[in-house]
Amino acid sequence: MSAVDPTEVFRQEAAELFETLEGALLDLCQRPDDRELVDSAFRALHTIKGSGAMFGFDKVAAFTHEFETAFELVRKGEIKPTQELISVALAAKDYIRALIEAPDSTDAIIGDAILDDLKRFVVPAAQPSGAAPRMEERAESKTAPEQRSAGWQLHLEFDSQILRNGSNPLDLLEDLAKLGPCFAVPNTDDVPLLDAIEPEDCYLKWDVTLSSDCDKAAIDDVFMFVLDEMKLVITPLAQVELPAPAPLLQETISEAPAVALAPAPEPEVAAKPAARAEARREEGKRSEERGIATVRVQAERLDELMDRVGELVIAQARLTQLAASGSDLSIKMIAEEIERLAASLRDTTMGARMVPIGSLFGRFRRLVHDLSRDLAKPVEFVTSGEDTELDKTMIECLADPLVHLIRNAIDHGIEDSAKRAAAGKTEQGRIELQAVHSGAQVLVTVRDNGGGLNTARIRAKAEEQGLIAPGAALSDNEIHQFLFHPGFSTAQTISALSGRGVGMDVVKRTIENMRGSIDLSTKPGQGTTVTLRLPLTLAIIEGLLIRVGDGRCIIPLSAVEECVELTAEDQRSRGRNFLNVRGNLVPFLRLREILQVPGAPETHQKTIIISTGETRVGLVADQIIGNHQTVIKSLSKLHSDVTIFSGATILGDGTAALILDVAQLVALAQARSEKQQMNEAA
Amino acid sequence: MTTQQPQHAAIAAEGSIQVVMIGLGDEKFALDAGLVREIIDPVPVTRVAGAKAFVPSVINVRGNVIPLADLRIRFGMPLTEDSADTRIVVIELNIDNEPVLVGVTADKVYEVTEISRTDVQQTPRVGMHWKPEFICFITKWREEFVIVPNMERILN
Repeated sequence: MSAVDPTEVFRQEAAELFETLEGALLDLCQRPDDRELVDSAFRALHTIKGSGAMFGFDKVAAFTHEFETAFELVRKGEIKPTQELISVALAAKDYIRALIEAPDSTDAIIGDAILDDLKRFVVPAAQPSGAAPRMEERAESKTAPEQRSAGWQLHLEFDSQILRNGSNPLDLLEDLAKLGPCFAVPNTDDVPLLDAIEPEDCYLKWDVTLSSDCDKAAIDDVFMFVLDEMKLVITPLAQVELPAPAPLLQETISEAPAVALAPAPEPEVAAKPAARAEARREEGKRSEERGIATVRVQAERLDELMDRVGELVIAQARLTQLAASGSDLSIKMIAEEIERLAASLRDTTMGARMVPIGSLFGRFRRLVHDLSRDLAKPVEFVTSGEDTELDKTMIECLADPLVHLIRNAIDHGIEDSAKRAAAGKTEQGRIELQAVHSGAQVLVTVRDNGGGLNTARIRAKAEEQGLIAPGAALSDNEIHQFLFHPGFSTAQTISALSGRGVGMDVVKRTIENMRGSIDLSTKPGQGTTVTLRLPLTLAIIEGLLIRVGDGRCIIPLSAVEECVELTAEDQRSRGRNFLNVRGNLVPFLRLREILQVPGAPETHQKTIIISTGETRVGLVADQIIGNHQTVIKSLSKLHSDVTIFSGATILGDGTAALILDVAQLVALAQARSEKQQMNEAA
Repeated sequence: MTTQQPQHAAIAAEGSIQVVMIGLGDEKFALDAGLVREIIDPVPVTRVAGAKAFVPSVINVRGNVIPLADLRIRFGMPLTEDSADTRIVVIELNIDNEPVLVGVTADKVYEVTEISRTDVQQTPRVGMHWKPEFICFITKWREEFVIVPNMERILN
């Protein structure tokens, strides 16, 4: 536990920062004037630089410094974040990531090229020479000549909470003093009586006179990470009527001495920037954490915790059963108490494993941006439902399939500008990525407004590859299923992106491995929608325990709609497997048949109506036992050929019970009823 | 989880190997002791509809749901009722490079013993009513022939 590799920590932290940086850069494409975005990108860069240097990633620190210097101009509003500039900035970001992930195999030439590109934007024309650090000087001389000699009058008011977040105003004042001779006067107006003082609150304000020829941005820099926790008023000294600093000094309480610091001597200044950057990094981190306090936990530990909770729930179920069979009231009370605690512990643990899908969606914005540029197809990328939560393992598994689907949508789905114009569509294509909860499932949808699938061409290709006989009668939907066939591609030219025919079959397999399914719908000329239906497969679910013959099994409660008695009439009928539920025909399956239970069914059969999506199916069982906290254990490889069960669990008496796979049962029922209808029609 | 000794390594090694001697019907089988995790009394089984005939059910072993294999079905031997001697031997196998726990029903578990490689007999091609690929080798133990089965092949 103690031996955490610090560089690993840095890598993880950097990965998050890259996400922030990338997000901010991409947002800048849309909203070039948003100062917040520029600042957040800058903060990310700054932190990467600071911690990079701290953990010995010198190359990273050096490169990021140059990058930062260039970006500084954007922050000052001297140059606009144009599309081109952002493309270069993204490339620079990738390069830094490469430097961190594979420092040895990264070519410095790429970095130099990127820097050259950056400089091109930064230095408008002429003077192509000049190292990056000097650019800053030049920039400064442009902005602040008129204020050079003047200096600044500052008014600082911090949030009373600031000390609790680990920032120290005195450190900031010291930083300020490094810019030039500083005269700081604390304002004690807000300090309450001793009785009312919260020792951890900051009550002081400061008025600082800074005699320095530095520009305003340099002052902003000092307070960069605490800006949202303070009020900062900066006035050029020339505009201030020089009110003699109130001579209250002697009366101030001793803990808050007036800070009058001379600028640090020259050699020390040279050594300081790294330390300062680090201090700022710390402050920045703390101020970010203020919103939502987060703790980084290794994924394996979460898995382990889930396992333990699973075992606890099983033990609790046994205790409950034992207590129910006895007559000891106090044991029953304890059992109930533990049941309640175990349930809430289970929910909390599961919640800890849930990750909003937005973290995944963020990655695709870059993909869309790059593809749209490479293919010269302007694409608008819209996401919704980012806060939809999924188990973290599922999020990881979803990344690749979604990359494939989005690539396909841009490469094949969206037409080029000329075609779109001819079809009377907007020049900009549109890709929507959406996640919603729907009952027991999460639906992730990729929708484009491109040309739609070319059913005729898919059919021709399928015939050519010998997958179907020419002229076979197939529904459009059946034809579209060939897209998921391995090695099937209708793209006339193979591009670097897609068209090789690998991909869709991988998508299908990955989704099916997660026990999900794919729906495909398309309208010629209007676009294609691919919907991934994913189960909320979590480690523990609420289940309905039923009995069929001597065996017991579990139906996920989230899929259960209602339970009805199977009437004697329905039970007798052999040919017709339909129930009449309030006027709707619902097909049903006899679980005794499906589970191959020998013997005649019992007299009072129950039907459990389950649903997936729009389809409802009844399952006929002998008895409904009741609710069961179901800890899902996967079936071993030896049972991988069994499709009607999605897993197993352990019941209160210690025996194993199997969990029915609702989607598979529904598919089975549908296939049967279609067959039946065909037979009836024939 | 102690040594994860693959079966074949044990066979290749010179000298003797440690085995758990189990009885199935009239035959004696020697399971490499390195594969055996534990030996437990029979527990209630849960039938898995639609599963392969030789892994008809699952059992709960210390909170894990593991498949219960019946070698008698795989070897085409007659099924016998559970007796007081019936045990479940839990072994760990590598299936597709992943460790998998499997329970194996044994009519009787005799003892943990050593068999010597020098006594290895060639697997006869005739006179056997089970498939040769299911068998690693046949050896002699106390003047009796015992079969060392190839569990990975049997269960795959």
